[in-house]
Amino acid sequence: MPEHTFRLNGEQITVEADDDERLLWVLRDILGITGPKYGCGINVCKACTSHLNGKAANPCAIPVKELRPTDEVTTIEGLPATVGKDLHPMQQAWLDQDVAQCGYCQPGQIMTAVALVRRVAQEGRRITDADLDNIRNICRCGTYFRIREAIRAGAENM
Amino acid sequence: MPGLGRRRFLGYVLAAPTLVTAAELAPAATASAAAETPAGMPSGELPSPEITELVDLNDVMTLAALPTSNLITVEVHQDGTVSFALPRAEVGQGITTSTAMLIAEELDLPLDRVRVTLADARPELLFNQLTGASNTTISTYTPVRVAAAVARRRLLEAAARELGAPVGDLKLRAGVITAPGGGSVSIGALAGKAAGDQARRVSVELKEREQFKVVGRPHNRIDALAAVTGRKKFALDLDIPDARPTMVCRPPTINGTVASVANLDEVRAMTGVTDVAVVSTGVAVRARTFGQCVKAVRALRVSWKPGTAEGKSDETVLKTLRAAEQPLGLLPPLTPSVEARFTFRFRSNSALEPNCAIADVRPDRAEIWSGLKAPIVAKQAIAARLKLPPHAVTVHVTEGGGSFGRKLFFDAALEAAEISQKIGKPVKLMWHRADDARQGRTHPMATSRVRAAYLGNTVLSYKQRHTSVSTDLGHGLGEVFTALAAKLPVGDIGFSQTFFHLSQSMPYNFGHHSRLLSETDKSFNTGSMRGVYSPDVVCARELIVDRLASEMGKDPFRFRRDFLRDDRARAVLEKVAEAGDWGRTMPARTAQGIAFHSEYHSASAVLVEIDCRPETVDRPIRDGVTGPRVTKAVLAVDVGLTVNPRGLEAQMMGCLMDGIAQTLTSSLHLRDGYFLEASWDNYFYTRQWNTPPELKIIIMPSASDRPGGAGELGVATSMAAVACAYGRATGTMPTSFPINHGTLSFVPKPTVPPIPASPTDGLDHTR
Repeated sequence: MPEHTFRLNGEQITVEADDDERLLWVLRDILGITGPKYGCGINVCKACTSHLNGKAANPCAIPVKELRPTDEVTTIEGLPATVGKDLHPMQQAWLDQDVAQCGYCQPGQIMTAVALVRRVAQEGRRITDADLDNIRNICRCGTYFRIREAIRAGAENM
Repeated sequence: MPGLGRRRFLGYVLAAPTLVTAAELAPAATASAAAETPAGMPSGELPSPEITELVDLNDVMTLAALPTSNLITVEVHQDGTVSFALPRAEVGQGITTSTAMLIAEELDLPLDRVRVTLADARPELLFNQLTGASNTTISTYTPVRVAAAVARRRLLEAAARELGAPVGDLKLRAGVITAPGGGSVSIGALAGKAAGDQARRVSVELKEREQFKVVGRPHNRIDALAAVTGRKKFALDLDIPDARPTMVCRPPTINGTVASVANLDEVRAMTGVTDVAVVSTGVAVRARTFGQCVKAVRALRVSWKPGTAEGKSDETVLKTLRAAEQPLGLLPPLTPSVEARFTFRFRSNSALEPNCAIADVRPDRAEIWSGLKAPIVAKQAIAARLKLPPHAVTVHVTEGGGSFGRKLFFDAALEAAEISQKIGKPVKLMWHRADDARQGRTHPMATSRVRAAYLGNTVLSYKQRHTSVSTDLGHGLGEVFTALAAKLPVGDIGFSQTFFHLSQSMPYNFGHHSRLLSETDKSFNTGSMRGVYSPDVVCARELIVDRLASEMGKDPFRFRRDFLRDDRARAVLEKVAEAGDWGRTMPARTAQGIAFHSEYHSASAVLVEIDCRPETVDRPIRDGVTGPRVTKAVLAVDVGLTVNPRGLEAQMMGCLMDGIAQTLTSSLHLRDGYFLEASWDNYFYTRQWNTPPELKIIIMPSASDRPGGAGELGVATSMAAVACAYGRATGTMPTSFPINHGTLSFVPKPTVPPIPASPTDGLDHTR
């Protein structure tokens, strides 16, 4: 079986998997990284959202062979280390707003939020209602309103 | 729960090496009411041959006879923590947190010293291990506190011996008991000394409401840190030895079955695949990864036999419903009246976590892990399917990734058990989202006919005839005998009617009123969805209330206020009217709507503002359904005693999002025996672009000593308020829900193969 080398949560790793195995299953079934969740498998629910080189990416739609050795994959498990703390400011904002209900979608929501705040900052502007409206992550518990408040609060501390 | 005087209750100290205290979990009122033999069921014929397949009666009775087996227990540990295994399912509604708060309150402990886990299936609890009907807090509020209060008393008694001071002089605070002279001892150090050497009953007093320091104040969820760090474990996240990814290739129509498979050996030889087996629901495949399962499912060439809804579509079901409608009365009323028929489409109660379960079935025993709200019925049904005695089947209740009614059933657990037995290996079964949408349970299609007659300023009568595709209430109320009763062809009607009448009420002074339920057509996989009958029934009623107000020349808010029967109801309504600035001037094609609903001893009112202007309706969102936007919502609730206001607010927000979806965007389309929707890009649950940017939840102060139900309360009210607002903004009362059902907003995915391949272009969409 082919080997694939990339960086995962700060470490260089090599894993055996089919070339077209989607990264989501490499993470969950082979490496035991279960923060990214399955919700659809076709990149529409965004429950698996993680970061690829700092940008929001959906492992359910990325064949593992497409990763280069220098590509940095960050899952929710590796997010705090990107700021050298136990919790990323966005996770803290999620706690402060008590956003999660069942929690199944929340790792993906947080990873989307962090990438959104970074992108908006790079564009030299603040988060708008339109930015929030365009978030595609589904929350079937309906925590959307607290998500909006948490993103605004978390952005202040990023 | 035997009460001894106003505040004294009986609890237990159990024999154990550490302090274990307990209380009886008394049957809830609804459970005992619904447990009565449903009307029309011939007595003596209930235990048909089926019953022995389902349950070994002796087995249950033995367990039930153990003297202290039906108790819930609080355990004090040497590290100073206190643990409790809650016989309910946590699916996001926050009951582990509210339960921890009750224990923290009675024991004067910090919340983080209380650990609440979910109990395995415990058949000896009979009715008392069902999570549903917004009943958890109502039924566990007193027993949990009693068990904790017994622990408090025992700890104080042990400390008195230890510190040489009378109990009355001791103070328990933050897990430490202090004597007047300054001596102190931690509850962890007392855990062994306070333990019982034999089981005994003791009586305790509970704290008065005025003494509460934890209950009634907002607390964050106890599992929030686990949720935001990805450490919270759902069933699919568990690492059970050798439980490999498993999926099922499912039929193209609802409940079809396998006729033959052309290429079993070819698929068995695919990379990573360990097993392929025909099962009752399709063809199961087990592999190293779910990615390999997806490929194997897509590669299978299966001939299918017809399903249970062959050839049926929205139109044919609607025709069946109309034929089953009971008359509103033969003659038209002699007085002025308003009348309408409302149609409510099939909806999906899929949670974000798909149906899933882990099963490890051996020749003589089985172990199951799944998010289950009726684990006793699951355990007994699984034992029957596996032909094992119930005591040989262990059912672990895992944290659930949402439920909305879905986890009242155990479809995945039963299927996983069957597959594991068939292939002789442990399996981690996951339904693909397409499976979950197309073969999973749905909220049934329904019609509601309403007629209200009035004269002058009086409403003389209100009649509602609700007709629905059968709702499967086969989970009963948590216990297998009731579940069996619900499956009987006649008894089932009585059961549904019982549930309908127990859960519906008429809050307005509308003279003579009657509501009847007819159910028809059992060919669909249905289940109760958050609120069960209430969202549809109440939406229809509140729209008629608006019509009545209009015909009688009254304002919708004032009309409701004048006709509501009780003060709590009026108070929540007045609250949202005031906080939401009812009656303010608004632009054309935007409007306010207001609605009221009460159930399970709780009252709620919702005011929303909606924007139906073309520029809003057609706002651009890629691959999303936009439509009218609810721009503001105000909800007021009176649930009696609120245990955790922060959690209650969260529940109400979720209810609102459900209500918005049910009125505006979310439904399933039935064509030729299957549902067209196959994923979240087809089924339009509320998304960020549908979320009201302005939202306020108001929890009414209450002097009540008793909590009411809250998990479902706001769905019906919200759905109705959005519908009323839409009617007022557009000038036309909506009569079919959701309003966009007539427009198919997506290209249906194929049914063969039954699941789509995962995309490969993820790198092109990073942002």
